Amino acid sequence: MEKAKSHIDYNNAVISIRELQKSFGDYHVLRGIDLDIFQGENLVVLGRSGTGKSVLIKLISGLLRPDEGSINVLANDVLTLTDKELQQLRIRIGFSFQNSALYDSMTVRKNLEFPLVRNRKGITRKEINKAVEEVLDGVGLSQAINQMPSELSGGQRKRIGIARTLILNPEIMMYDEPTAGLDPITCIEINDLINEVQQRYHTSSIIITHDLTCAKSTGDRIAMLLDGQFQRVGSFDEIFETNDARVKPFYDYNFIQ
Amino acid sequence: MDTTSTTPPQHKPGSKLRKRVADFFVDLYRIGGFTARFFKEAFVAPFELNELIRQCYQVGVRSLPLISLTGFIIGIIFTKQSRPSLMNFGATSWLPSLVSIAILKALAPMVTAIIASGKVGSGIGAELGSMRVTEQIDAMEVSGTNPFKYLVCTRVLATTLTIPLLATYTALIALLGAYLNISANEGISYSAFIGEVFEPIDFIDINQSLAKAIVFGFTIGLVGCYQGYHSNKGTEGVGKAANNAVVIAMFLVFIEEILIVQITGWFR
Repeated sequence: MEKAKSHIDYNNAVISIRELQKSFGDYHVLRGIDLDIFQGENLVVLGRSGTGKSVLIKLISGLLRPDEGSINVLANDVLTLTDKELQQLRIRIGFSFQNSALYDSMTVRKNLEFPLVRNRKGITRKEINKAVEEVLDGVGLSQAINQMPSELSGGQRKRIGIARTLILNPEIMMYDEPTAGLDPITCIEINDLINEVQQRYHTSSIIITHDLTCAKSTGDRIAMLLDGQFQRVGSFDEIFETNDARVKPFYDYNFIQ
Repeated sequence: MDTTSTTPPQHKPGSKLRKRVADFFVDLYRIGGFTARFFKEAFVAPFELNELIRQCYQVGVRSLPLISLTGFIIGIIFTKQSRPSLMNFGATSWLPSLVSIAILKALAPMVTAIIASGKVGSGIGAELGSMRVTEQIDAMEVSGTNPFKYLVCTRVLATTLTIPLLATYTALIALLGAYLNISANEGISYSAFIGEVFEPIDFIDINQSLAKAIVFGFTIGLVGCYQGYHSNKGTEGVGKAANNAVVIAMFLVFIEEILIVQITGWFR
């Protein structure tokens, strides 16, 4: 499916990152990152495995703390928030994990209800059922409502993982390797779903991937993470119009091989 | 010619030991922080009552069949093995008192704690460990839920509340085993047996047993949760968390047994 035109407000950065640094022991993963993500934009972060792409979104959501730098999300300085404030902010951010991270002791219904029941005090059973059915319908998996996560395929798990984040109507979505380990047809379906989420829920998104098809079909802008810094930021074509030996193999592997 | 040595770097003597000692103190510090966090969060609203009830049920159901069997067998075996020694002194009438002292004061809380360490502690370690490595705990955190409160506080409270009940149940089942054996051999009536069972037991003994079971329950829950919550290194880490949960909890239970007996001894 062709990506519909995105309505991006370039005057409104929902995430602003400045001079962000993170190390694990002697390994400097992020070495001073600056980045803005604008309202309504799908930003794809590309990079090799182990370059700190997932670390970046974990820093943004406050799961990790940086060594240096600042992270501003929806006008909140993530590093100065109290636990309670951070919890409130996280409700406004959807996080789709690489392996879906579904609660494997709960059915799909319970997985979807879990964040809703805990964060919407006073919600009625009728409203819960309606929200669950709507969001499941949105990802095309209404029939899986009573299944356990172990009974679902990889693609279905990804969809349910995305549905679980959408149920809280987030303003920002973060996708960690949304197409990793999936067959090409399911990849296309997930890419379409990411675009659909952007259109339907008016979200701004960060998509972490090294799948160029995913990057090309979902990204309004691509940021290439190399050696702990964003070396190239721009449209898909701008990124790959280069002879940089660190960038070219990405394109060659994905589109020539 | 390259003269660079290919032999691995030699560690200074004692450096491995120093690292182990340092790791031990780091672990101790983290366990202290974990325990403090439990007390800080467990008794502050919002309370996870539904999850607490579910966990209490899980702890009970997981352990009940094995505890029933073990308690019953211990009652019979302890009675059978004690009889010949008492016979030598013509004191088989003391069997109910002897059995009750052993079961109520020492065996019931200890056996329950050992079984619960294996069944419940390892289960908690493996469950939380698996949730950690599959990012389910992170998923909970980013969806606006406090995973420590939901997963750790409920499980620690559940073991602390349920293991004293299980220990009481173990004592009753063991006494039933003992009664059946004594009644078959000595022909004692039920009321006479009960009278003799509670004759040597006083208020401090009951409190001591309950205190032990509460402390053991807290320890088993806390160690299981700590190991699982801080699990890493994939499936290997999950296995290690489950194993450590059992080994460390059992070790601590034995230490606590000695301490509690010593402390309650001062009140006599």
